Amino acid sequence: MKKEELIAKLKTIVQPYIQDEEAFKNLTEETTFVGDLKINSANLVDVILDVEDEFDIRIENDEMERMLSVKAAMEIVTSKIAKE
Amino acid sequence: MTIKEIIKILPYESPFHFVDGLSAISDDGVTGHYTFKETEFFYAGHFKENPITPGVILTECMAQIGLVCLGIYLMRAELSDDFKPQIALTSSQVDFFLPVFPGEKVSVISEKEVFRFNKLKCKVKLFNEKNELICRGTISGMLKPNTHD
Repeated sequence: MKKEELIAKLKTIVQPYIQDEEAFKNLTEETTFVGDLKINSANLVDVILDVEDEFDIRIENDEMERMLSVKAAMEIVTSKIAKE
Repeated sequence: MTIKEIIKILPYESPFHFVDGLSAISDDGVTGHYTFKETEFFYAGHFKENPITPGVILTECMAQIGLVCLGIYLMRAELSDDFKPQIALTSSQVDFFLPVFPGEKVSVISEKEVFRFNKLKCKVKLFNEKNELICRGTISGMLKPNTHD
């Protein structure tokens, strides 16, 4: 999957949960879910569950803990898809 | 883990303790009950000379039984002497159908939808003694064992 395509998919997934519209509009790989987008901890779990559904993958606890930014999410998703 | 132990661990106290007992609990859900005493503090103001249990209190009762009791049970493996559940309600969507008057006993039936990464999401229903549906909805919270650190 192309990088742009992946970012677009992640953007669609996080949109319902974000609090900071400005940070969302300017979303880049470096954007963080909690710090920048102001997603709360419960909604961060929803993001993870939606990512699992969208890409048909299973995310483990340690990966969840690492998934703090768009970049980290992209790395985890990409490595999981490659293994399928 | 016994029902008695679960109730003992609940981080609530009168006048905000809305669990009398549980009749069944498993990894998939919980059933419990509470009787609203005529002396509950909120009847003095909700409503003027016309006491009816507030929807937020019914939601709280559903959350204490359906989410917190179940959450404690689901986290039982992490139980220790230092165990204090850390709880935060994160969302609730509830539809109401019938009123609950002072003195009524209600039953709560909660089914687990998701419990992952410390988030518990349940489908919860509340019934009166005639087994009529009072309200139902989806309630979520974050639950973590909080060891003193």
